[in-house]
Amino acid sequence: MTETYVAISIIWAFLFIYAIAGSIDFGAGFWAMYYSNKETQASILANRYLSPSWEVTNVFLVLFVIAIVGFFPGAAYYMGTLMILPVSFVLMLLIIRSAFMVFSFTVQRYTKPLVVISGLTGLLIPALMVAILPISIGGFIGGTGEQQYILFDQVLSSPTLYTHVGFGLATELFLAALLLSDYARESGSEQTYAVYRRNAIILGPITLFFAVTALWTLIPEAPWMVDTMIDIWYLFALSLVAASIGYSALWWPSKKANPGRPRIGVVFIILQFGLASFAYGLSHMPYILYPDLTIFDAFTDPTMFKWLLYGYAGGFAVLVPAFVVFWRLFMKDKNYLQIKQDDENNY
Amino acid sequence: MDSVILSRMLFGTSMAFHIIFATLGVGVTLMILFAELMHWFKKDSDYGLMAKRWTKGFAILLGVAIPSGTIVGVMLSLLWPGFMEIVGKVIAVPFQIEIFAFFLEAVFMSIYVYAADRLSHMMRIVSVTFVAFGASSSAWLINIAHSWMNTPRGFEVTDGIVTDVDPWAAVLNPSMPYTSKHVLATAYMTGAFVLVSIAAYRLLRKTSSEQERAYHKKGLMLTLVIALLASIYTASNGHATAGMLHEEMPLKLAAAEGLFETQANAPLAIMGTPNIEAQTVVGGIEIPGMLSWLATGTTDGVVQGLNDFPQDEWPPLFVHTLFNLMVGIGFTLLGLAVFALAWAIIFRKKDLPAWLLVALVTTGPLSMFGIEMGWIFSCTGRQPWTIYGIQLTSDAATQSGNVGMLFFLFIGLYIMLLVLTALVLRFYFSRNPVQQDLTVMNG
Repeated sequence: MTETYVAISIIWAFLFIYAIAGSIDFGAGFWAMYYSNKETQASILANRYLSPSWEVTNVFLVLFVIAIVGFFPGAAYYMGTLMILPVSFVLMLLIIRSAFMVFSFTVQRYTKPLVVISGLTGLLIPALMVAILPISIGGFIGGTGEQQYILFDQVLSSPTLYTHVGFGLATELFLAALLLSDYARESGSEQTYAVYRRNAIILGPITLFFAVTALWTLIPEAPWMVDTMIDIWYLFALSLVAASIGYSALWWPSKKANPGRPRIGVVFIILQFGLASFAYGLSHMPYILYPDLTIFDAFTDPTMFKWLLYGYAGGFAVLVPAFVVFWRLFMKDKNYLQIKQDDENNY
Repeated sequence: MDSVILSRMLFGTSMAFHIIFATLGVGVTLMILFAELMHWFKKDSDYGLMAKRWTKGFAILLGVAIPSGTIVGVMLSLLWPGFMEIVGKVIAVPFQIEIFAFFLEAVFMSIYVYAADRLSHMMRIVSVTFVAFGASSSAWLINIAHSWMNTPRGFEVTDGIVTDVDPWAAVLNPSMPYTSKHVLATAYMTGAFVLVSIAAYRLLRKTSSEQERAYHKKGLMLTLVIALLASIYTASNGHATAGMLHEEMPLKLAAAEGLFETQANAPLAIMGTPNIEAQTVVGGIEIPGMLSWLATGTTDGVVQGLNDFPQDEWPPLFVHTLFNLMVGIGFTLLGLAVFALAWAIIFRKKDLPAWLLVALVTTGPLSMFGIEMGWIFSCTGRQPWTIYGIQLTSDAATQSGNVGMLFFLFIGLYIMLLVLTALVLRFYFSRNPVQQDLTVMNG
């Protein structure tokens, strides 16, 4: 019982890390495309963030998938039967996006079309990933036993799909804009900071709107989640408080030319997503896929569980120091952050 | 076609595609490390430039290598849900640790590439060592799972329920050391030979400057020496693997060699086609006693034949051809490397002749082809099982009816990416010729 909850908490943590890092990654790809003609500084800054970090972000996606297989091998079965189409489309978009992004760094003559393709495919990935959530609540599945399938006509005609997609899009753009505003401030480029701050200010309320409507349209499809949601209303309330603090930080006074404390904004908004996604996950318990599969049915062998914990402990003992070095070199070091005018061609 | 065949086609193609990039990822990172070391010891900046240019090529490949690795990783669960259910309970640990090895590689690759100008030479060598170590460990760890599929250990299955799980027994399964070493050695071999091909191709052009020719000659010698060492190791490890197959998977060995009757003094059949009616390999060359000697160490050793096993458990007999191609290519490359190095040492003052350079240009593609043959041999030779003796491939596969459409979409994607990657590499290196870098470097 406790072991299963430890395992699902680790899964939530990995999913949360990837949701944040992935949103920022794909959102930054979109901003790099969006500003490639107009505000080149803003575009270069987004690429400065992306070039060393996209590989590391991708690791967290694999980490999440492998953790599911290790901790909840029973869930693998449902991925293969039910999720094969949406997940395969995500994979196709992912390879196009990564390859074209790397190509665009390399082939200057064709940078424009390559950046457009990688920016747009990247934009779709989080939207598609979030669209998987309403399917896992169980309302859109037909067939029986081993021959189950998604009722795509019902999914496509359901409002909750579109509010979820909207939520995925708004989130990635908002989180990326917010983080890039902090990144711009750190690199001392106030002009770029102003660009991304404005985007974050516009997108913040839009993201909140979609978050609320996504939840609202989900409720009729998933009445079984509502009781827990009501029980843990304080988590959702706290998440709203964190959102307000984080959003208002964009107007807090600062010593720089523009107002706002983007670092505080980033921290509180991430906290908000943490609280909200934890509350959502808690309401989803104990089902992985309602009503067929609970976390207890899908749980791994107890011996394997123990060794996986040792493995993660050892793995993170390596990962954390390596990540600290990485952070210092690419997120803190002024030599890297400051954009030199002749530096666009650096690979 | 049923979803089992389609799943095998889709997964096989995805692996064949990923293996190209994964192999180069393991092989080329080691070569970059050697170039950095040569730069350090010989204080010759040509080697520094070599490391930089190889790294650039590798960085382009990474754009496809990383997502294609993600694809096969996720596709395992999509296409083989029954298999992954057992994997998750028995052999999840190497998959898990592999992520951290991969993470190490990704972090230090970023540091090595994007922070190069802020690192001392020593720290650059340290970072690229971590990159090579991460890449090689990833390959090793993933192959633990592959070897476990061939010689599964560490669990019992009773009435479809997995019990008595011992993760360490699963990891330390009998074929693990052989398979993992074989995969690493051949990846180093292929990485080196691909770079041999490029250097030889450049040396064929007579118009380049003396400075540029000297640069390519250094590259050719360095890569040839590593390629030779890796080839020798691969051959000796391949021999040990035959002994392991004899002990652990006699049916696979029998199919690889096209041996029908169990016998002492078993002959080695080179090429030809195994024929069930004739109960022998038709149209090949037979070396009497050789197979017994290779498998058991003595020509008197008894080697089991296909007829010892029920026919519905035989793998398809064309694996004999795949096996022959793999071994044949391995020895051809070994011979070529010895010959070319001997020539270079004997005629030290002269350039390598054009015909020898042309032969060397073929080594990279040949080596990659050999790797593909080896993988198809290993996985087809295990059929009809996914987990040998435990789970049939038909029980492991997805029930989804959409695999056919996905197959064509993915194939189209892979072909497009192969073509584009080649074009991007070509475009970049013709825009940034060595001569230009050499001129900048030497002022």
